[in-house]
Amino acid sequence: MTRTRPGPVKLRQDPSPKSDSDAVDATLAASGDAHAFERLYRGHIARIHSLARRMLSDDEADEAAQDVFVRAWEKLGTFRGEAAFGTWLHRLAINVILGRRERRGIQRQRYLEDNGVLETVAGRRPAPETSMDMETAIAQLPDGARQIFVLHDVEGYRHEEIAEMLGLATGTSKSQLHRARMALRQHLDR
Amino acid sequence: MSDEWPDRLSEYLDGEMKGSERAFLEAHLERCEDCQETLAGLRRVVMRARSLEDRPPAADLWAGVGERIGAPTRTVVLPARRRFTFSLPQLLAAGIALAVLSASGAWMLHPGAPSVAVIQPAPRAPGDITVTPVRDPSAAQSYDAAVHDLEQVLAQGRGRLDTATVRVLEQNLRLIDRAIADARRAVAADSANMYLNTHLAETMRRKVDLLRQAAALVAAAS
Repeated sequence: MTRTRPGPVKLRQDPSPKSDSDAVDATLAASGDAHAFERLYRGHIARIHSLARRMLSDDEADEAAQDVFVRAWEKLGTFRGEAAFGTWLHRLAINVILGRRERRGIQRQRYLEDNGVLETVAGRRPAPETSMDMETAIAQLPDGARQIFVLHDVEGYRHEEIAEMLGLATGTSKSQLHRARMALRQHLDR
Repeated sequence: MSDEWPDRLSEYLDGEMKGSERAFLEAHLERCEDCQETLAGLRRVVMRARSLEDRPPAADLWAGVGERIGAPTRTVVLPARRRFTFSLPQLLAAGIALAVLSASGAWMLHPGAPSVAVIQPAPRAPGDITVTPVRDPSAAQSYDAAVHDLEQVLAQGRGRLDTATVRVLEQNLRLIDRAIADARRAVAADSANMYLNTHLAETMRRKVDLLRQAAALVAAAS
């Protein structure tokens, strides 16, 4: 049996040339330059919208992504350039998205109640194996497991960070991640 | 004991299982084909998740964002000083003129090198940007003069700004100068490349924008 070395997922990073120009645009935007902010929007909308789509749903992604950029505009004064703008924006996006979930009334208990639903995900009809099918499979996961899977396996956050963001025990994050992966494995292997 | 291993394969895959537990699981994996298969499947899921590509929204959402933030936003007016307004064509002209001057300098140093290509503007639709680069070296001079004036304003007024602001401004100006230098080198190597020329002009405009904002901060602190 061949086993590759296991290891933690790395948080996705911004390439440095983009970070440089982002830092300049963030400074301009913080002083009220909407054109600079539009450049930031253009450079980051795909990632933010994809995050919103994966963590919420197709239907909510547009509005959530807009909320993220409006909040970013309001909070630009707190961006100190210590991290890349993309990293700062991404963390802000997660806060906005989780806030929407709370307003939607998705309670913490949901993370514990998803187990039954998880078992049925693998049984849904699979499509040909493309990355879009992976997106479809992720969208079929129940809310709680989907958040944890996206944050850990797609976005690269650690269980400790996820547990803090979601107000869960680390063990819950780990077990939900495993269940999500198992469901996706069965879906994709069909 | 082995019944617990399938539920812990993700933990193993993520490198979070240590010591004797890890050794037990690896020993189990050597003889359990089901767990080998499950582990391989989990690994495929993780690889697929890591390779997902981001997609932009189906429709451009900027209009909604712009409306909510009130864009286009306030224009900075410098009190009692010249206002510098550069159109994209002017900056393109300035950038290309600077690049040609730079390349010409290189040619004078290395006369055996190929001569600089001259841009022949293609026929354009009405409203398109028209680039008339080498015929207008004054654009480069205007740009340099504007940058010089704004830098003077910043230099004279930096004492009125807090140190954190000055540090961020200087850091960003260094970044932008580096970007301009890179863009000039690229244009000098391929002067007919419209993308590179536009990029250079855009980068130069960012420097002017940043300096104008800095000058406005100085004015506001006066």
